[in-house]
Amino acid sequence: MLLLVFGLSFLSFFPSLSLSQHFAPTRTKPHHRISVSLNLKQRKQREEKRRMMMKLDTSGLESFSAAVPSAMAAAEDQLFAPPSFDLPAGCADFDKFQMEAKQTLKHAKGTTTLAFIFNQGVIVAADSRASMGGYISSQSVKKIIEINPYMLGTMAGGAADCQFWHRNLGIKCRLHELANKRRISVTGASKLLANILYSYRGMGLSIGTMIAGWDEKGPGLYYVDSEGGRLKGNRFSVGSGSPYAYGVLDNGYRPDMTVEEAHELARRAIYHATFRDGASGGVVSVYHVGPNGWKKLSGDDVSELHYKYYPVQPTPVEHEMVDAPPA
Amino acid sequence: MARYDRAITVFSPDGHLFQVEYALEAVRKGNAAVGVRGSDTVVLGVEKKSTPKLQDSRTVRKIVSLDTHIALACAGLKADARVLINRARIECQSHRLTVEDPVTVEYITRYIAGLQQKYTQSGGVRPFGLSTLIVGFDPHSEKPALYQTDPSGTFSAWKANATGRNSNSMREFLEKNYKETSGKETIKLAIRALLEVVESGGKNIEIAVMTHKDGLRQLEEAEIDEYVAEIEAEKAAAEAAKKGGGASTSASS
Repeated sequence: MLLLVFGLSFLSFFPSLSLSQHFAPTRTKPHHRISVSLNLKQRKQREEKRRMMMKLDTSGLESFSAAVPSAMAAAEDQLFAPPSFDLPAGCADFDKFQMEAKQTLKHAKGTTTLAFIFNQGVIVAADSRASMGGYISSQSVKKIIEINPYMLGTMAGGAADCQFWHRNLGIKCRLHELANKRRISVTGASKLLANILYSYRGMGLSIGTMIAGWDEKGPGLYYVDSEGGRLKGNRFSVGSGSPYAYGVLDNGYRPDMTVEEAHELARRAIYHATFRDGASGGVVSVYHVGPNGWKKLSGDDVSELHYKYYPVQPTPVEHEMVDAPPA
Repeated sequence: MARYDRAITVFSPDGHLFQVEYALEAVRKGNAAVGVRGSDTVVLGVEKKSTPKLQDSRTVRKIVSLDTHIALACAGLKADARVLINRARIECQSHRLTVEDPVTVEYITRYIAGLQQKYTQSGGVRPFGLSTLIVGFDPHSEKPALYQTDPSGTFSAWKANATGRNSNSMREFLEKNYKETSGKETIKLAIRALLEVVESGGKNIEIAVMTHKDGLRQLEEAEIDEYVAEIEAEKAAAEAAKKGGGASTSASS
C-alpha cells in the first residue's frame, strides 16, 4: 500500500492505552493512569477485568521485598521499579495531538508548481518529486494533469485527491460541453471545482491546484485550494518550493515574452526551487496553452539542468604534483 | 400520504397522456401571444383583455423579464406562469454564480421545459397549464433567439411563432408573410400577426421589444397606436393598388 503523498510524514505510532497495565498489574502503589472518560458500561467492564486480574496467581511477579523487611523498600523502589517511560505524545489529549499533526502537515505541500499568463498564452510548469517526510518516494510523478485538450490542472498536496478531483472536473466539463454545445470557460471550470472542494471543507482534502486554459475570452488562470479558496491571477506558484520559484519568476517576467523566453523562464524558476527546496526535484515539465490547446514543451532532469546552468569550471591547480626528481 | 403518490398523468391505452393534452386545451383558451425574431431585434406581443376600470393595469404585466437579456410571454394559466417564472429567474441568477456567465436563451428554455416535463412524470401533481415564448440574446454570440415550450416539456427554436387563442390563424399568417426583418419591420410583423385575431387598437395589445444593446422595452399605448395606424395605411394602400390595377398609389384617408 504505497502512500504517494507529497510531503506528508507517515504517522505510524498510535499509542495503545493499555500499555501501563502490562507492567504492573498487582502493585498496590498507585501508578500513573490516564484519566479516560468512560460510560457506565465501559466502567463496569473495566472493574470486572480488574477484579479478574486480581484473582490470578502473580506471586512470581511480586518483588522479593514483600518477604524482606521494609528497610530495603526504599532501595527496591529504584532497583526493581518497573521500567517507566513517558506516555506517547498523543495519549493525554488525542484531539489536540491530531490538530497539531495536521498543522505540521500544512506547509508540507512538498512540491513546486507554477503557472503564468503572458501575451502568447499560459505557461504551466512543475517538478516531479513525491516525498513522505524525508523519504523521496518517487522522482517521476506527473503533476500536470490534462483535464481536456485545452485545460490543464496542477497537482500540489495529496496526490490521490488531486488526481481524482481533476478527473472528476474533466467529466463535468465534458458533460457541460454536451449539454450546452459549447466548451466550458476556465472561469466556469474553476468555479465548479472550487464549489465542490468547499463542500468538502474540513474533511481532510488536501489540494492546491491551478487551473489554466484558453477559452473564448482568451487565456485564463485560477488558483483553487481545498479550503475552498479561488483566486484569479496572472502569476501563481504553489508548493513548498514556491518562494524560490517566485523569486526567479517575478524577476524575469515580462508580458511580451516569446514562447521560448517564457519556456526558459518557467524552467529556470522550477529548477531553482528544486535546488533550494528538498521536497522538490526530479524532472521539470513545462507546458504551453495556446489558442489551439495545450502542448508539452519539455521535460528536463534537474540535475542535468544544474550542470547546464552552472557548468563545471576546471579549477586551476595551486601546486602541480610532480614526481620527485630521480635522485 | 400514499394516496398522493399516484401519478395523475398516466398513459392511455393508445399512447396519449390525456392530462398533458388537457393542459394544451387550457393553453388554447388562454390569451393570444406572438413572438417574432428579427436580425437584431426580437418582439413579443400579447393580447390584452380589457382591464376592469378599478384594476391597476401595471400589476398585470403579461410580458416579463427573466434576466437583463431574456424575456418571456406565455399563454395559459397565469398562476402556473408565476411559479415557473420565479423558478426560471432563480436559475438565471444561480447560473451566473456558478459559471460566472449569463444564461443562454437555449439553456433557460431547456430548464423551463425540463421543469414542465418533471410535472408530467411525478406523483400527485398536474402538468403546468401554459406554453411559453422565450426571447433573448445570447451573451456571447449576440444573436437573437426565440424558443417555445409547451406543457409536455418539449421545446424548439422558431423564427416566429404564436400560441394561445387562435394561434393557428396567427401562425398561418406568419408563415405566409414572414421574411427576415430588423428593427421596426419586426415590430410591425408581430403587430400585424396579432391584429389578425385581436380587435385593433393599442388598448388591446401589449408589445415588448428587445435589442442586444437596450434590453427589454415595453411599448407605450401611443406608440402601438402609431404602428397600428401605419399598418392600416399600408393595408389600405395595398387594397387600393390591387383594385386600381397598379395605377393609383395614393394613400386613402
